Amino acid sequence: MHNKTIAELAAGLRAGEFSSEELTQAYLDRIERLDASLNSFITVTADAALQAARAADARLARGDAAPLTGIPIAHKDIFCTKGVRTSCGSRMLDNFIAPYNATVAEKLAAAGAVMLGKTNMDEFAMGSSNETSFYGPVCNPWNTGTVPGGSSGGSAAAVAAHLTPAATGTDTGGSIRQPAALCGITGLKPTYGRVSRYGMIAFASSLDQGGPMARSAEDAALMLAAMAGFDPKDSTSVDQPVPDYSRALNDSVEGLKIGLPKEFFDQGLDSGVARVIEAAVDEFKKLGAEVCEVSLPNSGLSVPTYYVVAPAECSSNLSRFDGVRFGYRCENPVDLEDLYKRSRGEGFGAEVKRRIMIGTYALSAGYYDAYYLKAQQIRRLISDDFRQAFERVDVIVGPTTPTPAFKLGEKFNDPVTMYLSDIFTIACNLAGLPGMSVPAGFVNGLPVGLQIIGNYFAEDRLLNVAHRYQQVTDWHQRQPSGYE
Amino acid sequence: MKWECVIGLEIHAQLATNSKIFSAASTAYGAPPNTQACAVDLGLPGVLPVLNAEVVRMAAKFGLAIGATVARRSVFARKNYFYPDLPKGYQISQYELPIVEHGRLEIELDDGSSKTIGITRAHLEEDAGKSLHEEFQDKTGIDLNRAGTPLLEIVSEPDLRSAKEAVAYMKKIHSLVRYLAICDGNMQEGSFRCDANVSIRPVGQAEFGTRAELKNINSFRYVERAINIEIERQTDVLEGGGTVVQETRLYDPDKNETRSMRSKEEANDYRYFPDPDLLPLEIDDAFIESVRASLPELPDAKKQRFMHAFGLSAYDAGVLTASREMSDYFESVVGAVGGEAKLCANWIMGDLSAALNRDGKEITESPVDAAMLAGMLKRILDNTISGKIAKDVFEAMWAGEGDADTVVERKGLKQITDTGAIETIIDQVIAANPAQVEQYRAGKDKLIGFFVGQVMKLSKGKANPAQVNELLLKKLSY
Amino acid sequence: MPLDSHEVEKIAHLARLAVRTEDVPEYATNLSNILTLMAQMDSVDTAGVTPMAHPLDMPQRLRADQATESNQRELFQSIAPQVDAGLYLVPKVIE
Repeated sequence: MHNKTIAELAAGLRAGEFSSEELTQAYLDRIERLDASLNSFITVTADAALQAARAADARLARGDAAPLTGIPIAHKDIFCTKGVRTSCGSRMLDNFIAPYNATVAEKLAAAGAVMLGKTNMDEFAMGSSNETSFYGPVCNPWNTGTVPGGSSGGSAAAVAAHLTPAATGTDTGGSIRQPAALCGITGLKPTYGRVSRYGMIAFASSLDQGGPMARSAEDAALMLAAMAGFDPKDSTSVDQPVPDYSRALNDSVEGLKIGLPKEFFDQGLDSGVARVIEAAVDEFKKLGAEVCEVSLPNSGLSVPTYYVVAPAECSSNLSRFDGVRFGYRCENPVDLEDLYKRSRGEGFGAEVKRRIMIGTYALSAGYYDAYYLKAQQIRRLISDDFRQAFERVDVIVGPTTPTPAFKLGEKFNDPVTMYLSDIFTIACNLAGLPGMSVPAGFVNGLPVGLQIIGNYFAEDRLLNVAHRYQQVTDWHQRQPSGYE
Repeated sequence: MKWECVIGLEIHAQLATNSKIFSAASTAYGAPPNTQACAVDLGLPGVLPVLNAEVVRMAAKFGLAIGATVARRSVFARKNYFYPDLPKGYQISQYELPIVEHGRLEIELDDGSSKTIGITRAHLEEDAGKSLHEEFQDKTGIDLNRAGTPLLEIVSEPDLRSAKEAVAYMKKIHSLVRYLAICDGNMQEGSFRCDANVSIRPVGQAEFGTRAELKNINSFRYVERAINIEIERQTDVLEGGGTVVQETRLYDPDKNETRSMRSKEEANDYRYFPDPDLLPLEIDDAFIESVRASLPELPDAKKQRFMHAFGLSAYDAGVLTASREMSDYFESVVGAVGGEAKLCANWIMGDLSAALNRDGKEITESPVDAAMLAGMLKRILDNTISGKIAKDVFEAMWAGEGDADTVVERKGLKQITDTGAIETIIDQVIAANPAQVEQYRAGKDKLIGFFVGQVMKLSKGKANPAQVNELLLKKLSY
Repeated sequence: MPLDSHEVEKIAHLARLAVRTEDVPEYATNLSNILTLMAQMDSVDTAGVTPMAHPLDMPQRLRADQATESNQRELFQSIAPQVDAGLYLVPKVIE
């Protein structure tokens, strides 16, 4: 059962081959048996999952099931789930039982999806290796000595190891696409505003976007259809109809114009990764796509720009964690300042504190123009680069990451080097564009991701392109040994 | 040295919406603590603000009323600081691009002249919760019911030159926001409060002195006192050779002094930046025009109309238009009486206002409503009662004894206008006071008052005074 | 532009973060490295470029003025560190 796609599982449920309860139990068993080696879950909600599965079975029996009814999924532990601990990977929220549901959690529950539990992540989604989690690092199922990527590392590892058919993730600078690439799965960061941010604990509000992580574009399409849509509770959510993402999957890509940004193939790109991407591009040519070079001249500045914008927003977003109304409070504070400083000092890990401090500095009197305002201006230039490129091409294709998964601990003590592992993914977030990563091959036994970037609200096109690619390749069907 | 003070006011008016500025929690005052603080107000992880359309309309109304520019595009920013009654660790406010800019307001001074006060800006922001320091030993309690209540912060230019001017300006704004029905103006409940920036400089000096900010003053009387005491303090400091420090000070009405606020000692670095959860607020011309069309007649225009249409003095018209409720009451009375505006005005500004003051009532709570007062004034005009008797009738109506006709009827207060009846009383008075009659006839004209008094006394005040006068003169001249 | 220990402490205070004295030099090094990365932005002339605060080029959406939230104090305060009589408690604040 655990090797079937969501579409196959949905068919099996409808045909009565197995019940959602059996399916859910099978996944819970796998988590129980295999997750000790990965640490991909922070919380497993077995009882609630089985209860939801039984409800789904009843709904299936009534015949009013949605595509995801009865399908187990996992939520990144950044989405608030009522009555369930929502830790955001932080000691700060280790005791936080969310009193309400994120819109994404609500929508997936309404569709009948069965939540298995909450997946591990970098603390407050700040990290590219899942090593900043209060609950310990997640291991990459392809090689448990390497990182799964981050910040949605738990979701990526769990999907890759078939501990869940699909999971939610969030992507602020690559946090869906980079772990998807490193774990050999399919991940999609939608257009900013496509998926509600309500109840998704904010890291950087103008960049954060939730999206699906699954084993194929087809599964991702089913997940996204349930997650996307207008939400009156999020005034940055866009009131635009959600297309049927599954319907366009098989459209032809003949004549599709693919742009290869020359800056993505410059120095810094691992030669093995470059070969994998070239091979993928050849596949698209075989499918009839037209390939040309495009330029994103300012994309080289996306990392420094991002490391001003994201920390600035996070420094403010994380001020609410003050030990007063929820979350961690230090022991015996002597006064208010002590309460604040120790609760936050002890509740947050080192990387979170670094980013809060950088953001605080960038916004403070005398530095605002040089850092924050300058970054906003370069953000405009980066966005304009994409605008010009999309006048010529339908999608932009390149590597998701400069290298495959790196070793646990390898970059942990060098923040700047760590930040550079998101060099190809960040620009999308700054511009608000949708981007995907699909498995495209291996280097030294580790998966390599192909990134596909589309124009605003072109998720259907991205899924179509990814699906056609997955029809002629089988990289997405490869399984890490030990997790078959 | 002669000193001149320079004052600017920042007035915080809570907007009279049903729900909060960024959440659907109620804004009703007085609920048990934290029962009106929803997930958004508490700043729970993951929540997001969604702006209330009504606050935009109310701010635009205010902007149009003060002849200001209502910005077609304004931006919400975050003002970052830590305080326990500020749940998110930042206040959503407007910083660089406020919704209202460059307005003005004319105030009347004691000498009858008027002065235009510039209004730099008015911006939308959320209120904080309340910190309760007295409830617990060693602890401060936090009630977040007020957190997220919409505020319009109205910032004046430093155009005010005395505490009196500051009060006149504050009263005018108070009247205006109530006219516009955008704020209930309740100062006890904190719906309308004010910070005052006060500095002094030698007369003739162009540049401003260092200012102190007096926080959260919640009555007109305290504004005047706080500013005056602060001017005295700064004068003492400067004349003693010291320097005024820029700081935030709190006015203590019990001690009538201002003191430095410890919690605000640290130099603030609010790290303002555009709130990424809220896109720019855009307003189009059609919206502005719809707001303009909904504006009520404003106090200044109404005052002019009262002066011209009713022939009232500037003073009377000013008093009667000070609040929308007062002017509504006046217009109802005049309408029901069918004119006689001066008589109506005198009664409203006289006996009615005195009774309201005495019993601490608002005009909307008056036991004598406009129709009742008009009913009584009509009885004065048709000579059923005298102006003097009317005072008794008014008190009886105030005490709930019914309308004027009922009171006059029940108490037998109807004026005596029958010439024969009055003559009979006059004859009795002349007969009973022969000595005074003799003196009068000998040329002591002043005694006429004595006779009038005697006649009125004998008629229990009911004789028509004009007739009494006329008949007395005739009879005494024999 | 490298940050010194004093500046790190100042920023930590502004952000209300307790940082152990022995950790300050490491923060100073890491933060300085990040600032060096950020300084790459100076390579581009941005004169006249309109800052982009948000990826969406659209105006703010408004909601109708309706109070629809009900009282959930008990639920919300069940996860609070310290409450009494419906109030959240913090160490005494002196104004």
